[in-house]
Amino acid sequence: MTTGHPDAEASDEGWQRLHPLSPVARVGRLVPALVLLFLVSTVHSKAENGRAETDYLVVLTLASAVYGYVHWMVTRWRFEGDTLRIETGLIRKDSRRLPLARIQAVDIVRPLLARILGVSELRIRVAGSGSTDGKLAYLAEAQAAELRLALLAGHHDPDVAVSSNTGLPMAMVTTGRLLGSVLLSLVSIILIGTIATLAVLDEFEPRTAAAVAGFLAVYLLSFAGVIWRRLSGQYAFIAVEGPEGVRIRRGLLQTISETVPYGRIQAVRQVEPLLWRPFGWCRLEVDIAGATARNQRGEGTAVVRKALLPVGSQQDSWHLLARLLGAPDPERTPPPRRAKLKAPLSFHFLSAGYDGAHAVCVTGRINRATTWVPLEKSQSVRLVQGPLQRPLGLATVHVDVAGKRARAEFRDREVAEADRLVDELSELSRVARLRHQRSPAASEGAGDAAPSGWYPDPSGRHEQRYWHHGRWTEHVGDGGRRSSEVVTPMP
Amino acid sequence: MTVSEEPAWLRPSPGLWRMRRAEVGTMTALLAAFFGLVFLAAEGSTAGLVSVVVVLVLGAAFSWFVRRRYRAWRYQERHEDLLVARGVMVQRLSVVPYGRMQFVEVTAGPIERLFHLSTVKLHTAAAASDARIPGLEVAEAARLRDRLTELGESMAAGM
Repeated sequence: MTTGHPDAEASDEGWQRLHPLSPVARVGRLVPALVLLFLVSTVHSKAENGRAETDYLVVLTLASAVYGYVHWMVTRWRFEGDTLRIETGLIRKDSRRLPLARIQAVDIVRPLLARILGVSELRIRVAGSGSTDGKLAYLAEAQAAELRLALLAGHHDPDVAVSSNTGLPMAMVTTGRLLGSVLLSLVSIILIGTIATLAVLDEFEPRTAAAVAGFLAVYLLSFAGVIWRRLSGQYAFIAVEGPEGVRIRRGLLQTISETVPYGRIQAVRQVEPLLWRPFGWCRLEVDIAGATARNQRGEGTAVVRKALLPVGSQQDSWHLLARLLGAPDPERTPPPRRAKLKAPLSFHFLSAGYDGAHAVCVTGRINRATTWVPLEKSQSVRLVQGPLQRPLGLATVHVDVAGKRARAEFRDREVAEADRLVDELSELSRVARLRHQRSPAASEGAGDAAPSGWYPDPSGRHEQRYWHHGRWTEHVGDGGRRSSEVVTPMP
Repeated sequence: MTVSEEPAWLRPSPGLWRMRRAEVGTMTALLAAFFGLVFLAAEGSTAGLVSVVVVLVLGAAFSWFVRRRYRAWRYQERHEDLLVARGVMVQRLSVVPYGRMQFVEVTAGPIERLFHLSTVKLHTAAAASDARIPGLEVAEAARLRDRLTELGESMAAGM
């Protein structure tokens, strides 16, 4: 037993249990496997010695039922001041405290069986790790929704009302478009192409076709699995604007509700695969930090990549981007023409640019990817010059952000420009960081009195100005046209 | 704080070159002995001698390259950030703000310990940051570690 809150420890009040149907939902997941095992062993033992040997299956079923029930018995949770405490385990006690102030996100997951039973699983993520830290499986649906709001509210200013249906839908994916996007992906094309080839081959050489099909069956099945996961995972995708972040709900058999918090975004990536471009579709991904450097010194950082929009129009994507990063649209410039010698394929789309708050770059030929990096999140700036670049007088500048994958690349720039970029980008990052530190409440994206968006410009010089994370940004609008005007920093 | 003159570029200790030279020398000697003996046994004394000469020439060429690589290492402690430059074929320059530092790691492998050297590595949340300075005298490594830690503490910024 942990100690530390003696006052809280003393009282035994307020403990709550999970939903009584939890053992059913928990053990129920095993039912298909058990049935399969039962069928297989029945058939098998009948063939062997004429009678079924299924005793061990009965024992297995009983054991898992007992386990489920015991687990339910020993699991309890309650609020202790500003922490949520979850206790579980019969033999090995597991008691964890989740400080409400450090809760990053609360996801509701509803597997098929849980949906039938009307219960939901609550997953709580806390700053300091990338994985799920607290899990309450299962709660009644209404209770889960209520608790989620309570947890998220504890994270914020209590004066700010957190309700489940604030904000408007920012983007949604229709089933037709999802099907189209999955169909036009590499995996589907390989799958369909292989099957078509096999069908043709079957006409002429049935025996070869059968052999090849048998050989490829495992791969084809796994491809089909990937396609299925994409379809079922992103089915009925909807992103809604919430006060603490963009809330996402998706899923066919298992519904997932998750939140992408505004203040934790390290980078945003918009990917436009070749086959989607004729339709103007794109995919939006964000990298979110799960750990704070200050609290987890020496523990490394977990950064997760999430799909913010599995498929959508440029307009949807821009809308989300505006909400997350405050409509960053710095002017991008391509590298000098001689970069074509070094990067003949990717040169076509290559460009990069920056303004006071963001760096943005476009890379890739087949999958055109645009990456936005808020400079306040930059971890380091690097200049790299490879042996192919040196004779051409080119160099690449990277703006690194937390994690392994995300960075903004100013690829193949002129050496003089690259040198200047290193200085300017590190200086701008420093300024952005200071600005960010001075207003920690705003940086968390939590204490916003008003949600980010376009509002009448307080200075009166323009029609509208973008309000983001509790401060006015340099983005202004006049008669539907966007432009930038530097705003004097708020006191 | 007025921006005074930029502090000077610092370099790893000459001990790093001694260590690299010793490493290359040992490897060359071992390979020369091995190939020399193999060719001596298989082809005769002329082949053995030629193979030894070839290995020695390759070793000398490699040590020239290693020398250039050693000379490419340099670092500069500026007011707000640490600059680390390295590389001959691929030249790299990293600018790591002190405020972004998560922790400083000082390592000394068995060979480094023989030469009284250690490596200082600055970790940020980004895996790509790549701020490593090898071949520092133990005292210099300790000074750098303490200074970086101190600066990191005073300028720490969250994520």
